[in-house]
Amino acid sequence: MTPKRLLLLLLSVGVAAFIVGIWQLASNLHWVSPIFLPPPDRAWAALLFDIERGDLASRVLLTLEHMFYGWLLASLGGILIGSAVGISSTARAYLAPTLEFFRPLPASALFPVLIAFFGLTENMVLVVIGFGALWPTLLATINGFATVKPRLHEVARLMRLSRRQFILSIALPNAMPEILAGMRLSLTIALILSVTGEILSGSPGLGYWIMLQARAFRAPDLFAGVLLFGLIGYASVQIVSLLESWLLRWRA
Amino acid sequence: MRLRAIDWRGAVLPVGVLATAEIAARLTDYQSSSLPRPSEIVAAAATALLDGSMLHATAQTLLSALGGLAIGASLGLIFGTLMGLFVIFNRLMEVTVESLRPIPSVALIPIALLIFGLGYAMEITLIAKTSFWPVLLLTIAAVRGVKPRLLEVARLLRMGLIARVFKIVIPAALPGIFVGFRIAVGAALVVAVTVEIAANPLGLGYAMMRAQESLRPDLVFAYLFWVGLVGWLINAALLWFQRRIFGTVAFRARP
Repeated sequence: MTPKRLLLLLLSVGVAAFIVGIWQLASNLHWVSPIFLPPPDRAWAALLFDIERGDLASRVLLTLEHMFYGWLLASLGGILIGSAVGISSTARAYLAPTLEFFRPLPASALFPVLIAFFGLTENMVLVVIGFGALWPTLLATINGFATVKPRLHEVARLMRLSRRQFILSIALPNAMPEILAGMRLSLTIALILSVTGEILSGSPGLGYWIMLQARAFRAPDLFAGVLLFGLIGYASVQIVSLLESWLLRWRA
Repeated sequence: MRLRAIDWRGAVLPVGVLATAEIAARLTDYQSSSLPRPSEIVAAAATALLDGSMLHATAQTLLSALGGLAIGASLGLIFGTLMGLFVIFNRLMEVTVESLRPIPSVALIPIALLIFGLGYAMEITLIAKTSFWPVLLLTIAAVRGVKPRLLEVARLLRMGLIARVFKIVIPAALPGIFVGFRIAVGAALVVAVTVEIAANPLGLGYAMMRAQESLRPDLVFAYLFWVGLVGWLINAALLWFQRRIFGTVAFRARP
């Protein structure tokens, strides 16, 4: 990192701090009502207090759990269906139009449908996440299969690879960078749908908790919860990015 | 993309599922509060369309989406142009942008609820927040991708900043900006429906929840297909527009 780059980064931290400072000032001087926009120091204090009291950590864990399992479901489904559609033109002919129909549906529109089947349960939320977060991984897998170089197809034919061997040793590794990028996008969708699912189902996760804070007009706690969501969103994408570059280190 | 003959095999799965559901329900005289007969879905859709309730809900959702888009996309365009033109501004905003972006829009529902209460204002605010990001990011990328030669021309012609932006930069960056706008439209619809399902008593999302609560699975499914159709139509129209106005340029401009 060049000194100039570092200086700019520091300045940009300064800009962010300046914005937070204005916010603090605006609340302190009652330019905006602290009921709606609590000063950052009170939100921070609320965050520390809620963490100390102990129930926040378990809620965050629960939300992470929803997000993770839904994401896993979506990733597995995406890779499996994507492999089928990618390898076999028959499967593509049968499945592709149906998939094209479902892809643009807002995943949250499935909540009312699935509530009727599963009730307001964790499984219902998981299925919605699985459906909504499926698409980036699915499309990435299909695309990864489609971009296998003709030469690799020839190699597979010469080595008399079976279809399964072709998928496992050539097509999936070839699709790997795209699949991982797709899974990174899926993760963001999974977080969004976990929050929505928790708000709807009243599950004791972080999503419902912030809704409760809003209903009780506890703005500092509410902002603390939203801050946590920002952290979860940021950290999870960073972790998957790290994983991605580690898994793809053979490419460099 | 080449044109393909319509392949009957694509119809097997949806037609098969629908036919099986219909026949099975008729044979066993099965009544369910979760799985309606396909014919009931069609009937519910027709009724809701004819009595205007479905169109009314659609208008509410689209109005919110449009309002949010107008605000979010304009702000995205303004900030994106500035941040694309002045690298220093982009760098200065880096930490602020990167710390705000990962907050999921739905997590802001409670805050919007607290500030605005229920209604259009909170929904429009959340949609604006959502559609801001894709327009911002793609505008920055598109403005930075404007050929230096064009900027040199602007300098030679001694254009002021305003003239440079409106006569050179934005026209040259428009294909990329439009891609961002198209993504924003899709996101706006999704957020609108999500906010309506989670909290706001307006539009298609609320209509679905109400149908679900009054145990009308046929109506829920009718709305589900309708939401899908509306989203698909809007996206298809934007794609058509994009292809017609920008030709293939817009597809190469994708980052």
